[in-house]
Amino acid sequence: MSSATTVEKTPAGTTAKVEIRAVHKNFGPLHVLRGIDLDVRAGEVTVVLGPSGSGKSTLLRTINHLEKVDGGTVSVDGVLVGYRRSGNKLYELREREILKQRTRIGFVFQNFHLFPHLTVLENVVEAPVSALKRPRKEAEAAARRLLERVGLADKAESYPKQLSGGQQQRVAIARALALEPGLLLFDEPTSALDPELVGEVLDVIKDLAATGTTMIVVTHEIGFAREVADTVVFMDEGRIVEQGPPADVLDSPRHERTRAFLSKVL
Amino acid sequence: MALTSDPPAAPLTKEPAAPATDLVVVPVRHPWRWVAVAATAVLLVQFAHGLVTNPGWEWDVFAAFFTTETVLKAVWVTLQLTFHGTALGFAIGIVVAFMRLSANPFLRSVAFGYIWAFRSIPLIVQLLFWFNLAYLYKELSVGIPFGPSFFSFDTMGLVGEMSAAVLGLALHQAAYAAEIVRGGVLAVDEGQLEAAASLGIPKLRQVRRIVLPQAMRSILPNAANEVISLFKGTSIVSVMAIGELFYQVQVVYGRNGRVVPLLMVATAWYILLTTALSVVQHYVERHYAKGSTR
Ligand SMILES: Nc1ncnc2c1ncn2[C@@H]1O[C@H](COP(=O)(O)OP(=O)(O)OP(=O)(O)O)[C@@H](O)[C@H]1O
Ligand SMILES: [Mg+2]
Repeated sequence: MSSATTVEKTPAGTTAKVEIRAVHKNFGPLHVLRGIDLDVRAGEVTVVLGPSGSGKSTLLRTINHLEKVDGGTVSVDGVLVGYRRSGNKLYELREREILKQRTRIGFVFQNFHLFPHLTVLENVVEAPVSALKRPRKEAEAAARRLLERVGLADKAESYPKQLSGGQQQRVAIARALALEPGLLLFDEPTSALDPELVGEVLDVIKDLAATGTTMIVVTHEIGFAREVADTVVFMDEGRIVEQGPPADVLDSPRHERTRAFLSKVL
Repeated sequence: MALTSDPPAAPLTKEPAAPATDLVVVPVRHPWRWVAVAATAVLLVQFAHGLVTNPGWEWDVFAAFFTTETVLKAVWVTLQLTFHGTALGFAIGIVVAFMRLSANPFLRSVAFGYIWAFRSIPLIVQLLFWFNLAYLYKELSVGIPFGPSFFSFDTMGLVGEMSAAVLGLALHQAAYAAEIVRGGVLAVDEGQLEAAASLGIPKLRQVRRIVLPQAMRSILPNAANEVISLFKGTSIVSVMAIGELFYQVQVVYGRNGRVVPLLMVATAWYILLTTALSVVQHYVERHYAKGSTR
């Protein structure tokens, strides 16, 4: 890891690698992450599996610093997230700098969290205009292209409430993509959807995977993991129990807990 | 003896089974409701009749004074007090609300203290304090705290009657506005903030573009209540001999003794303008309801 003393700039549009080192996180007395080490190579898709409460969401949220770590470091493309390192010291970044770092990292929530008072187009345009200072015209043109890509070109002027869950989640993905992030994080993107809508969202994510954006996806969709993942990570009680290619982890898990989990979800 | 207790054969009233589409629904009747309606209607008609025929209302006097210059000027003063009181009150209120929501315990406590104090002091007492400000502080000066001063003002010159009244109303209003705004902000789903934060939207923009427009939905009905109650509350300022509507009406009936019709003049104006405010409220609420189904 480079001991960068300044916040390096990675050009937008390029894909990023992720290094997670000895990350710990407590919620009061609850030790939720207990020393997580994980490497995600640029352009790869990592799927995180694990039982409820094992810390998957928390891990994902530490990567874009929605959750502050209590120990260890997270870096995206060699740049520490949330801190600046100088010698042996880690200096907390100001909120403004953290916000800037987040523009390189897209996050898709289980419950979409679209802005309900803004139209679909305004939802997608908001961050490029206000965070990246793109001219509105340019941002709108880009947003319309993204909406077309997720199959919602005709919904640009609708409000989120007028869309189905699957459509809302696809808008949320377009909104995250509008920043041209090098890394995309998905927290159970299909868990809030009716079964018949899961496919349309997974298809969009599969398309993205094919374009070579680095992605970390928390999901319970084993079929999706098998098809798309380069690496499958299994978490339990705040630790990574095992990781490897989907064929290994899903078909011949070495750990008893992985096996028990898989037998329940398959 | 055999005890057979077969139930007596029920008279079988075999009705021809009508197809469901031919069934007629007979609504329940509410005779007592009609009695209540009749009684209420009689009372209303009596009241209206009284309004027209009782000479005590002196509608000619009402008509003569409703749009006189004195009254119109007084209405204007009332509107100014309301407008400035609301604008300043909510401006301070928004600041206090965000102080109360801040992570800094000092700011939080100060905001809490402010709300506590100004909700505890009756408005009329507070107004009289402001009116007598000059007695407490002979002059206000701008300068280094506890150090030398650059400018100073004569308090009486700076805080005229009108400003004292506006200040009093606004500071009082701010305590309530702060709680209303805070309630509205808290009602916004936390996920909205997380989404905005994860997109790297600058903090101030998050507040202005994401949080406040959504908070407005729950702020507006309460805020409208406050504006209307402030509007009528301006009548309290009459104790400071400011020529707002209620004070002016009192002056006039003090001179001519026509108390009832002049009170009606004030009442009619209060009702008229409150109605106007309610109409404005309707349209503002509709604006902020964009994208919602309720
Ligand atoms: N903000 C919080 N405050 C306190 N405890 C929390 C908080 N967020 C998460 N936790 C706890 O941390 C543990 C891990 O939560 P996390 O959401 O990361 O689990 P998860 O693996 O994503 O589970 P799921 O599959 O149900 O989403 C849980 O026990 C949860 O209750
Ligand atoms: Mg989770």
